[in-house]
Amino acid sequence: MLDKTKVKVLDKVVVRFSGDSGDGMQLAGNIFTNVSAGIGNQVSTFPDYPAEIRAPQGSLSGVSGFQVSVGKGVHTPGDSCDVLIAMNPAALKQNVKFLKAGGVIIVDIDSFKEADLRKALFETDEPFAELGIDPRQVVEAPVTTLTKAALADSGLDNKSILKCRNIFALGLVCWLFDRPIESAKRHLSKKFAKKPAVYEANAKVIDAGYNYGHNIHASVSTYRIETEDPRPGVYTDINGNTATAWGLIMASEKCGRPLFLGSYPITPATDILHELAKRKDLGVKACQMEDEIAGVCSAIGASFAGNLAVTSTSGPGLALKGEGIGLAVMAELPLVVIDVQRGGPSTGLPTKTEQTDLMQALYGRNGESPVAVVAPSSPTDCFTMAFEACRIAVEHMTPVILLSDAFIGNGSSAWRVPDADEYPEIHTHDVPENLRDGSWRPYMRDEASKVRYWAVPGTEGCAHRIGGLEKDAVTGGISTDPLNHEIMVNTRREKIARIADDIPELEVIGDPNADTLLVGWGGTYGHLHTAADELNAAGRSVAFTHFRYINPLPKNTGEVLRRYKRVVVAELNTGMFADYLQAKFPEVEIKRINKIQGQPFLVKELVEGVTKYME
Amino acid sequence: MEEERQYTAADYKNGQSVRWCPGCGDHAILNSLHKAMAAIGVPPHKTAVISGIGCSSRLPYYMNTYGFHTIHGRAAAIATGFKVANPEMTVWQISGDGDGLAIGGNHFIHAVRRNVDINMLLFNNKIYGLTKGQYSPTSARGFVSKSSPYGTTEDPFIPAELVFGARGNFFARSIDVELATSVEVLTAAARHKGASVVEILQNCVIFNNGIHNPITDKSVRADRTIHLRHGEKMIFGANNDRGLVRDGFLLKAVTIGEDGYTMDDVLVHDAHTPSNFLHQQLAMMDGDQLPLAVGIIRDVESVTYNEGVSMQVEEVRARKGFDSLRDMILAGETWTVE
Repeated sequence: MLDKTKVKVLDKVVVRFSGDSGDGMQLAGNIFTNVSAGIGNQVSTFPDYPAEIRAPQGSLSGVSGFQVSVGKGVHTPGDSCDVLIAMNPAALKQNVKFLKAGGVIIVDIDSFKEADLRKALFETDEPFAELGIDPRQVVEAPVTTLTKAALADSGLDNKSILKCRNIFALGLVCWLFDRPIESAKRHLSKKFAKKPAVYEANAKVIDAGYNYGHNIHASVSTYRIETEDPRPGVYTDINGNTATAWGLIMASEKCGRPLFLGSYPITPATDILHELAKRKDLGVKACQMEDEIAGVCSAIGASFAGNLAVTSTSGPGLALKGEGIGLAVMAELPLVVIDVQRGGPSTGLPTKTEQTDLMQALYGRNGESPVAVVAPSSPTDCFTMAFEACRIAVEHMTPVILLSDAFIGNGSSAWRVPDADEYPEIHTHDVPENLRDGSWRPYMRDEASKVRYWAVPGTEGCAHRIGGLEKDAVTGGISTDPLNHEIMVNTRREKIARIADDIPELEVIGDPNADTLLVGWGGTYGHLHTAADELNAAGRSVAFTHFRYINPLPKNTGEVLRRYKRVVVAELNTGMFADYLQAKFPEVEIKRINKIQGQPFLVKELVEGVTKYME
Repeated sequence: MEEERQYTAADYKNGQSVRWCPGCGDHAILNSLHKAMAAIGVPPHKTAVISGIGCSSRLPYYMNTYGFHTIHGRAAAIATGFKVANPEMTVWQISGDGDGLAIGGNHFIHAVRRNVDINMLLFNNKIYGLTKGQYSPTSARGFVSKSSPYGTTEDPFIPAELVFGARGNFFARSIDVELATSVEVLTAAARHKGASVVEILQNCVIFNNGIHNPITDKSVRADRTIHLRHGEKMIFGANNDRGLVRDGFLLKAVTIGEDGYTMDDVLVHDAHTPSNFLHQQLAMMDGDQLPLAVGIIRDVESVTYNEGVSMQVEEVRARKGFDSLRDMILAGETWTVE
């Protein structure tokens, strides 16, 4: 079939689905993603939700988008798209700025009537001309008409029929990119397993969309996308928040302690609560508490009781949890605090991404209150770093803050399901048997790691009292002794510092002999990695390193930074990580690339930013 | 098998010197709690005492059990997580009126509403003691304190009213100096499955000395309080000749043998009836026209939060039958790369 059409071969391609928030763009995008991942493409997605729950139909504020990049060497959802699907004029107006020069636009021309244009605040009846779009770029597909025609005999009512428009568009895009339509149908059948009539309708409509593409092939190019040979194994599509939830469960299995979650709904972290609430089928106790404070406090209670305890939130919630985290610092209890960062301050930009909670995570508590801080680098890395957060918390008896963000939390990619033995056992620091005769005291420590022991209530011979008041280093009783306080402050600090013995060293990729080092942390990994690749491909020699362990830093951090003439830290804030590194390594001159727009970096911005420093 | 063992109050004490002011009502409550624990017989290592911040919240340090002295107002939330995580433990949660009803008011009502199986002790001295004398949410309107030098301009909470508003299923009351009553209600609170709130009228000898005296002073106590016991007539008074009778929808205190009232008219206390209508009326009696009620006012069983969570986990696990995370993932949408 494809041999009759113009076929472009590409390493990777970016598709953006856009429409009204009720048009099902997320579903169409997700199925396209899963189908592509299923044939061996790398995938990276960026769901772009409107801030309103249900803005007026057809309005600019009600537009929902889903961008996905598929192919080979995919680390980001792409700066801009090769193909834009716009289900109405508002979607076209809001999203045309994301289209590459010469990219293709597919519109449902049936929804470009005069009333639709007015809702989207077009001033003329020529929307394409008004936006400066070359008509040759536009595929005017009568999506609504053809969807209705396909379902004329289905017996479905008009409203149900119109709900299938997204799947017509999906069928058309599947044709355009030569995706296996049977695979898309399998995903639809799972999605609508409980509604066979709806599945049947969508299966008809996806064929209609695919066939429509076939029939108009003379007028558009199709694409063949390169695949990469992935590691053999079982794969699934996973978003960052689900990966986080699963990483916690894996850690619970590996340390033999039940998983407890105390949480409170907050965008964009709530999906972690949703997933863990479902995972009662794996024994997870997920409790929706009365507020953020109760979320962290119930988790602290569960930790004292001997469970692997977690609380999940976003920036404003982390602020409320600060005092509780301080209690866990003082009581030296394992606790994992997940912050899926969003735009701030205050309520800020709840659905958008930022890296602006770094200082809050490191320092946002009263007193000398050090905690471990880690940050996942991608949706799938959320699994690994959630596991790591638990491992560090349990093996080092400390709160650990996991700094995820809205971009990786909502973004998804294909993930190889790990084998049972791929992750290490987590060793709980139990009270030694020979001390369970009443001679154990709560702040006795392992000398090498400075870690105290965890006595599970119910254990005979280990009854003990702890709390937020400073304790005597030896007896564990309340102490206001000045020197004892200093000893305890230094011990708590040293305990965190020694975690550095237990985490991997920093790795440098790109050209190790370059004189410029691009540095990032957390969820910006994909964009920075791609920018470094592009810079090197363009002959600008750049090395790249990315931090996932923030406190303590990997042991070789200073040595790596000092190796380069130019160190450029790129982050989605005004320079928090750069300041943190600068304070620790004053001998290194740190340059900065910053963006605070609630949006991820564009690779282009990073390339330009680094280039400017190199010239 | 653990050895059956009889515990005494001494088994729940530890060697710490108790740091409350001499004459503080907390000493008597601590003694009552040690005695109640011995009466209940749960071993010290199966018992946890969790407190917030305030004078009363020092209590865990004087126990030979698992103990956690936490942060201001949060004890109920911490105790909730503890009990859900480790349901085998008997959990006591200690708060004062400031800790439990001001900064911790939200956690208090939600712990009661959820019916977590914890025993919530509310030491009510109507003052902030540890910060040296500010009015609390239970201080009466007009109360003069360091932070209300011209008297407060706000109405207090009545703890029982909050408990009933939050649909509480166990409420009891005692007075610090009445050790026998305290042991009785604390024992019943521990035996009750679900959130059990015990309000103890406690005297702060330094900052609010005698605040409960109009009701609890020995010279008036018999006439201004009534000890409610399930299944017994509601009688009180120095001569046991006064009783509570129905007066329309309200209660009335009468003298038996006067105005035509006989013992047959006097109500019998039913702490176990699901309706909380009469329980609330009894709990709201304030020692003025009607005697303040002590003893177990409401004690009704219903399913607890921690049981609900555990049962749901068991039910869903059995239904889905997954052995591990990997098992669960493989049952979902996956594809294989050879």
